[in-house]
Amino acid sequence: MTPAESAAAALAAAARWRPAEYLFWALALASWFLLPDRHLLLNEAFIFGLFAVSLDLILGYGGIVSLGHAAFFGFGAYVAGLLAKAGFGEPVLALLAAGAASMVLGFATSFLVLRGSDLTRIMVTLSVSLVLFELANRMTSLTGGADGLQGIVMAPVLGRFEFDIFGHVAYGYTLAVVFVLFLAARRVVYSPFGWSVRAVKGNALRTAALGIPVTFRLVGIYALAACYAGIAGALLAETTEFVSLDVLTLQRSAEVLLMLVIGGTGYLYGGLIGALAFKVMQDWLAELTPQYWQFWIGFLLVLLVVVGRERVFAAPQALLRMARR
Amino acid sequence: MLTNLFDGVAYGMLLFVLACGLSVTLGVMNFINLAHGSFAMAGGYVAAYLVNRLGVPFLAALPLAFLASAALGLVLERTLYIHVYRKSHLDQVLFSIGLVFMSVAAVDFVAGSQQRFVGVPDFLEARFEVLGVSMGAYRLLIIGICGVLAVAMQVVLARTRFGSRLRAAVDDPLVARGLGINVDAIFMITFAVGSGLAGLGGALGAEILGLDPSFPLKFMVYFLIVVTVGGSSSIIGPFLASILLGIADVAGKYYLPDAGAFVIYSVMIVVLLLRPQGLLAPRVAR
Repeated sequence: MTPAESAAAALAAAARWRPAEYLFWALALASWFLLPDRHLLLNEAFIFGLFAVSLDLILGYGGIVSLGHAAFFGFGAYVAGLLAKAGFGEPVLALLAAGAASMVLGFATSFLVLRGSDLTRIMVTLSVSLVLFELANRMTSLTGGADGLQGIVMAPVLGRFEFDIFGHVAYGYTLAVVFVLFLAARRVVYSPFGWSVRAVKGNALRTAALGIPVTFRLVGIYALAACYAGIAGALLAETTEFVSLDVLTLQRSAEVLLMLVIGGTGYLYGGLIGALAFKVMQDWLAELTPQYWQFWIGFLLVLLVVVGRERVFAAPQALLRMARR
Repeated sequence: MLTNLFDGVAYGMLLFVLACGLSVTLGVMNFINLAHGSFAMAGGYVAAYLVNRLGVPFLAALPLAFLASAALGLVLERTLYIHVYRKSHLDQVLFSIGLVFMSVAAVDFVAGSQQRFVGVPDFLEARFEVLGVSMGAYRLLIIGICGVLAVAMQVVLARTRFGSRLRAAVDDPLVARGLGINVDAIFMITFAVGSGLAGLGGALGAEILGLDPSFPLKFMVYFLIVVTVGGSSSIIGPFLASILLGIADVAGKYYLPDAGAFVIYSVMIVVLLLRPQGLLAPRVAR
């Protein structure tokens, strides 16, 4: 085998579907049939999972630490909500519109993020989300301000499936959308584009020396991630038929970071697994201590970092590796 | 007009005292400490407890708030922060956000979620008219205390042995260690003093900024603005940045109430784009 052939074989092997992946999606599908009274929770978990996957694209693959990713999530949510209020309540079209709008926003703000150190990036992403929050807060006639966007009425999905209060249709719809988008993201990260984004994360200077346009790669992945986050936000707006200022807060950005870190960065499933774990844990803690569950979330974060993320996750990752073989 | 300017300066001075500790940890030790506001909140609550419950005079409560926050900073630095200095920026963000969440929930648990006030003595409620400018005694006190602190810090940093050691430790920790400077101890003391100053600012500013459990989240951005815009090469940068921010915020709220904090965030984005290392900093990459 020539070196080029063996490299191609290695890349193809990396992109191959593992048994654990089939298992994951089979379980996800089974959960729709087997856990009907958990659909509301699972629906949210998968929406935030998609949101965390979008953060994984820029953090795990692009190496950009963002503390304002909620900007795109909230923007997408408001776009979908406002469209529905204006009478365009077709869910799938609204998703596409929200995704496209967030992508444009991501593209426009990506140039701000490309410059400077980690700290500058954190500050800029944070301020972009704060600016959006202030806008939504002030434009009360459009967004409802602190009261939230009320009176959203969604049309049935594909003209057939009406949203119900138990979340059955909502969860099925979310699951389908997340699955399709996940497949696309998986395709992207194993494409030449995805590999070059990873190269940029590894060493931007050397990547540039290889003739890969670093700026365009980062702009591209950032806009894609913004699009995904916007669609996740739109899903939340559609399935809950409500949008509040909450979607744009710093808390959201921090939570999604936590979800991703719980699940692990850089292999896409981390976002989904982390969001599931986070939601189940939050549900459990909120039952235990309704007011103070935040304390334990914070405690977990501190513990994770002080003990070391790699050490905390060493055991489950070893299991995963065994499952992959 | 001038009254607004005066209030803005007082507000800016307050921000400076609150944020200058962060400019050391963040700029100097290159540690992204988003939990800085938690130390300020601790100082504020200690002062509120001392004044309202134990009847300690307001002016005596201020140094106690400083000591309490400094002690808290010292303990946390030794037990937790020290493990995180060398980790990645992502880890630092996660760690300090976790601390913020914990402090918010803990204070909510202990003191309740309602807003707290620190009882200010009567003589500080007075107002003066000087050349047509209406000045509150309380804000004059803030300007006085913060001005003295700023000058003192500049003197300590520029003129004392400790100051030159700190600057050496910052410029190149490895060489500083080689010269026999105890870098860890210096960072520890600096962290404690910075936390203490934040606590002092929290106690002093409770009346103006408002004190409730969400304090660290609300003001985190302001502190970060001061540090990133001011840069970390000297005390003067953050000082000017805080004064500017204070004036802009007060004036913005007065003249453009609809725009809200919008102006400040936008200005910061622009500054960060044009001068990523801060307003005064020389253009060198660290």
